Amino acid sequence: MGMLFRRGILLACLIVPIAARSDDAAQVKIDNFTFGPGKVTIAKGTSVTWTNQDDIPHSIVLAALRVRSKALDTDKAFTYQFDKAGTFSYVCGLHPQMHGTVVVK
Amino acid sequence: MNTDTFNGDRRGFLKCMTWAGSAMVWTVAGGVPRAHIAGTARAAETGFSFAQVSDSHLGFDKPVNANVTGTFQEALGHVTAMEEKPAFLIHTGDMTHLSTPEQFDTCAQLLGATRLQVYTVPGEHDILEDDRKSYLNRYGKGTHGDGWYSFNAHGVHFIGLVNVVNLQGNGLGDLGQAQLEWLEKDVKGLSSSTPIVVFAHVPLWIVYQDWGWGTKDGGQALSYLKRFGSVTVLNGHIHQVMQKVEGHVAFHTARSTAFPQGVPGVAKGPGPAPVPAGELKNFLGTARITLVSTSSPLAIVDTPMAG
Repeated sequence: MGMLFRRGILLACLIVPIAARSDDAAQVKIDNFTFGPGKVTIAKGTSVTWTNQDDIPHSIVLAALRVRSKALDTDKAFTYQFDKAGTFSYVCGLHPQMHGTVVVK
Repeated sequence: MNTDTFNGDRRGFLKCMTWAGSAMVWTVAGGVPRAHIAGTARAAETGFSFAQVSDSHLGFDKPVNANVTGTFQEALGHVTAMEEKPAFLIHTGDMTHLSTPEQFDTCAQLLGATRLQVYTVPGEHDILEDDRKSYLNRYGKGTHGDGWYSFNAHGVHFIGLVNVVNLQGNGLGDLGQAQLEWLEKDVKGLSSSTPIVVFAHVPLWIVYQDWGWGTKDGGQALSYLKRFGSVTVLNGHIHQVMQKVEGHVAFHTARSTAFPQGVPGVAKGPGPAPVPAGELKNFLGTARITLVSTSSPLAIVDTPMAG
């Protein structure tokens, strides 16, 4: 009985993060030199995809993680998986006045 | 035609709304550079002249101008067709749109076809790949740091600065300490009567901070040039003509040969500004800008080609 109960908890622990992986990935659109939404919250181990909808290239620079995407031309996307919890601010490498934040829980 | 005349010591910049366009031709007479659009009647002016093109963005293919190679070629054609051949050509950056080898090759071919000596500084679009090597391998020979340099021609001291490598948090351009120290030394031995022409991609003065249109430490660079009687600062980046005169320093931004950008405070953002279908070329060569001595009025003559 006790064994089964413990197995149940173990399973629950395993299942919850897996479910979070598929549900909590975030999409950020780049439109008129703005990241939208400017702040996204995701679960650890999930990813954010940025898609450029402007006629001008943009890039993603996550300074704290030393991540730098290539320049994204129109309709090009960049995806990054966040494996550490924390609050990460980022900018566009070509237009650093463009700011955004990713909160990883 | 619309003519505005202002006093040289009047602060605040003068706006002249011109769109994608031609090359600027600069004639230096008596140590004072004067500018006009290539292909206009003033091309017959005598004296030492050079041409400026900017923001060709080769590789850009959006509807506002799907043929940036063609419009760049046309602008260069205006330069080479001049009766008085300019001594050389300056490209103030964003030669390419995405720093690809193909875009750099196209640019080199078109510039080479002019058979003019070409001087360049990089825009932020020219250093997107390979840790800036795509640009520096082609244009960095004999330069310092990230590609800055100076040279003398016809008694004028020319200085090419790089302010796009370490863009600041608010989007402004940056020269950095090493380049500032080099500049201070570079001009130290010059007599104050030497005319100075500085060229860089992002405007050295703050045009519009919200869009990052300016250089954070541009003021420090200009402080080294204060003692000179004639200083002309040529920039690109903002794809429209803006001018101002402050003391002995005349500032000028050139139009793009590729596409116009929004007007600060009017457009919702700094991206490409659409013009009505088929009308882009109506705005080519729309302005003739004459920079007179800084103690005299600065005249801007705005002449639509179609009008």
